Amino acid sequence: MSTTLKFTVLLLALGFCRGLLDNYIDEEETEAPDAQASKFGSLWPLPQKVQISEVSFKLTSSSFKIVDAKESSAGPSCSLLQDAYRRYYEYMFGSTKKLGLSKSRRTGPSELTELQVWITSPDSECDDYPSVTSDESYELSVDLPFAVLKAPKVWGALHGLETFSQLLYEDEYGAKSVNATTISDFPRFAHRGILLDSSRHFLPIKVILANLETMAMNKFNVFHWHIVDDQSFPYLSRTFPQLSQQGAYHPYTHVYTPADVKMVIEFARLRGIRVIPEFDTPGHTQSWGKGQKDLLTPCYSGSKPSGTFGPINPILNTTYDFMNQFFKEISTVFPDAYVHLGGDEVDFTCWRSNPDIQLQQTGIILHPKVCFSFIVKLLDIVTTTNKGYMIWQEVFDNGVKLKPDTVVHVWIGGGSNEEMEKVTAAGYTTILSAPWYLDLISYAQDWQKYYKVEPLNFNGTEEQKKLVIGGEACLWGEYVDATNLTPRLWPRASAVAERLWSAKDVTDINDAFNRLSMHRCRMVERGIPAEPLFSSYCPREYKGI
Amino acid sequence: KKSRHSTLNHLSFEGVWPLPQAFTSSTERYPLNPQAFYFGYGKQSAAQQGCSVLDTAFKRYFSLIFPDYSSVDQWAFVDKPFLVEVSVDQDDCESYPQEDSSEKYNLSVCEGKASLKAETVWGAVRGLETFSQMVYQDDFGSYFVNKTEIEDFPRFQFRGILLDTSRHYLPVQAILKTLDAMAYSKFNVFHWHIVDDPSFPYQSSTFPDLSSKGAFHPMTHIYTQSDVRRVISYARLQGIRVLPEFDSPGHTKSWGKGQSDLLTPCYRGSTPSGTFGPVNPVLPSTYQFMEKLFKEVSSVFPDSYIHLGGDEVNFSCWKSNPDVRAFMQKMGFGADFTKLEAFYIENIVNITSALNKTSIVWQDVFDYHEKIPEDTVLHIWKGLPEVYQTELSRITKAGKRVLLAAPWYINHISYGQDWRNYYTVQPQNFSGTEEQKKLVIGGEVCMWGEYVDATNLNPRLWPRASAAAERLWSDEKQTSSVDSAFPRLQDFRCKLVRRGIQAEPLYVGHCKHEYQGV
Repeated sequence: MSTTLKFTVLLLALGFCRGLLDNYIDEEETEAPDAQASKFGSLWPLPQKVQISEVSFKLTSSSFKIVDAKESSAGPSCSLLQDAYRRYYEYMFGSTKKLGLSKSRRTGPSELTELQVWITSPDSECDDYPSVTSDESYELSVDLPFAVLKAPKVWGALHGLETFSQLLYEDEYGAKSVNATTISDFPRFAHRGILLDSSRHFLPIKVILANLETMAMNKFNVFHWHIVDDQSFPYLSRTFPQLSQQGAYHPYTHVYTPADVKMVIEFARLRGIRVIPEFDTPGHTQSWGKGQKDLLTPCYSGSKPSGTFGPINPILNTTYDFMNQFFKEISTVFPDAYVHLGGDEVDFTCWRSNPDIQLQQTGIILHPKVCFSFIVKLLDIVTTTNKGYMIWQEVFDNGVKLKPDTVVHVWIGGGSNEEMEKVTAAGYTTILSAPWYLDLISYAQDWQKYYKVEPLNFNGTEEQKKLVIGGEACLWGEYVDATNLTPRLWPRASAVAERLWSAKDVTDINDAFNRLSMHRCRMVERGIPAEPLFSSYCPREYKGI
Repeated sequence: KKSRHSTLNHLSFEGVWPLPQAFTSSTERYPLNPQAFYFGYGKQSAAQQGCSVLDTAFKRYFSLIFPDYSSVDQWAFVDKPFLVEVSVDQDDCESYPQEDSSEKYNLSVCEGKASLKAETVWGAVRGLETFSQMVYQDDFGSYFVNKTEIEDFPRFQFRGILLDTSRHYLPVQAILKTLDAMAYSKFNVFHWHIVDDPSFPYQSSTFPDLSSKGAFHPMTHIYTQSDVRRVISYARLQGIRVLPEFDSPGHTKSWGKGQSDLLTPCYRGSTPSGTFGPVNPVLPSTYQFMEKLFKEVSSVFPDSYIHLGGDEVNFSCWKSNPDVRAFMQKMGFGADFTKLEAFYIENIVNITSALNKTSIVWQDVFDYHEKIPEDTVLHIWKGLPEVYQTELSRITKAGKRVLLAAPWYINHISYGQDWRNYYTVQPQNFSGTEEQKKLVIGGEVCMWGEYVDATNLNPRLWPRASAAAERLWSDEKQTSSVDSAFPRLQDFRCKLVRRGIQAEPLYVGHCKHEYQGV
């Protein structure tokens, strides 16, 4: 039977009980510890400063409101906030409202009826796009006569609304309650991302939106859209429509139209999430070649073209004309200040086989240089579009001169600490993904492994550490599509979310288990099929079967 | 790659999963039009209109064959009608599928009609599944089926899936959906591991406290009697048996909450520690309780088999208990607690035998050489191939029938295409006589529930379990190449997705109709 059985145990209700993290405990020796929830309830990721008192207030769907504070610089015209108020009201009261539980109840003395949202800085940034320098801080005070959420910008207010919704719990009669609480919060890292890969498998828009929604519940703020790769080119380019016409799995059903892309970007913006597109070159471009003649390098076997193609052809002027026009389009379609240019895993064998490329080499075959010169030209092109760029670590490793604001993305497992040290010593900002390849699944509670990563655990000065602006959880698409993406990503990515948001010393794995178990049930209740951490139940199980 | 796909379309039997035993097919094809498509009973058929199993199967398979059939207008042009004529030898329409029910069928598609012949309605249901998988659409959405002759029957009579509803509660809807998908892969046994240590969701009419105290929640996380009946009757219509497991004496923590004195009190030194171990085997009240419980279970679950568990019994609590030790002495068991376990299991097996049920137990029971009735089936769950092959040979040598689960612990996930491992299992590859090999009655895919609930069950189960399904149904020689299985299984998984089953991808690629949920 189940091989873990002899070790496992208990674990019951998430609201009031705790589960053992360690499967390898003999059941006869270990007794269930007293059912005990975290003193931080279900907060996830844990705020920087939290004080929760014993005093509790009731909330009812009929009288509770989220409103703009009088002094707020964002008013009813800030649709980003109005939209968020409605969304969080639905999250908080969705289930009870349907049951009609709180009909015609009078406001009692200990009832909390209002959350006032107060944007304190003169410019709320309501109509802007979030950026890497956006202020995401907020302060939340839950007390009578009303709760107050103060944030300099709307981005902090969005996070504060999520936190407020996480403070709610149900008493034994099913009534919503919240304890008097003071929270002061801000992220430890500015770049907290999720990479989704829509090339190995096409991801319907609905799936992308549901995951943006879930990202907001976990205070992620970057959607790294690995939109094209070898396998397919679903991005419908206005300038080069042939790219998806020929390179997508299907030219109509498996593409992202300009309207789709716009919808994703706006949906993300309303949740304080940046959308950084990745157009990876010169490798990982097989699908580009289908719709753009002469873009890829013809490979040779001996003196004849073999009929197969390699990376982008770096020696033709037409390549750079194409890149110029293409990235001009990208820079207008995607508002974020950064675009990810890839640059990873370039296979040199095809370049080596091609006599035209060999001719351009001065004497000795120095193929990394070919790559070098391509990337240098590409970076210049992108610079003229006024975008910053992110690149995978190989570009830095090959010694390409980068703009000072370049973000180097560290992904190669094994030696990533040394890499972080080198990149930051060279003065570049960096983000970490190496330990967070969530597509690499294994049996049991691998979230603990992701949780225990410390991104600044490398040798370097304080100045160097400051150059680490965050990290990304990557869910590559070889084995993932709409059928399994969401449960595979959540709550495993939530472990990364807390590492990137909360203070460095938030490392108690038992406390994390208790909070994360409840957080996952909350995601389930909000309609997200987040998978379980271990034997247990949620008061409201997943219904979307 | 594209040509490969159209090849599949032209030889429609290749698109059938699991692969039929014998088939011939041609490129001659017949158009199907939902406006002019009929199921009917053959004149000679023992079952006729009113047969619950086949009438509902016709309704079910019509929608599966024509997934985008919605408006009448779209199909206004009526071709020659196409008839699928079904004939069975036995009128077993209102019965339950049994271990020895024939699932054999012959399917002939030729001259613009299909004829499906089977001994039982269960065979006919398998044949309808095959037919539904043979129908394909061209680029304009028109439906076709190729001229084909199929003779098909399962290699093993027992092809099961275990779901664990104790470690996580699975809503009835999730179970029903799994039953649908099981029928698509021709599985025929739902092994319902309904209770275990963490929770007791089965609502017993005799002992209601078991679930009111032992379930995760007494109202929302239970299976009522009508839930259970619904699962059984839903399974029946798909030709699936429901095999309940009430595992004891270990794995019973949740039982103790609603039934006092059932579990053994553990001792620390000379005082009870307040904790409990396995079922208490020394009290007569234990056996009285079990007799009543199994009497109820036997009448609720119509299958003639019942799974009694018997695995992983931890002796430390029994050892600590002075009453148990005294009983050991009295019985002359010495310090050998396996004898005590044997004593317990014998008693339980006798109870169920008296109720006319055949027992299935986990292999641990055989390992302790317990005196068990000749017809008891041993369920092999431990170890790598060398280990389970030895066990297969040992148990069959003793003349016992076996069921293989060890290589199909599908709850264990890893990166990459692990379905290949499930596919290449050889259930009869162990040292033994031909007679011994025949004692392998089948296999089972186990989805234990530590890390699985309704949020991730479906994509974790499918299409990985389908790999085992072909191993258990099809001829081993014809399906020995995992590489030729790959494109067929990819094709089949897209069929599952089209039918609304969240079957995950095998590798990069796409389905014409992607999954539309989240």
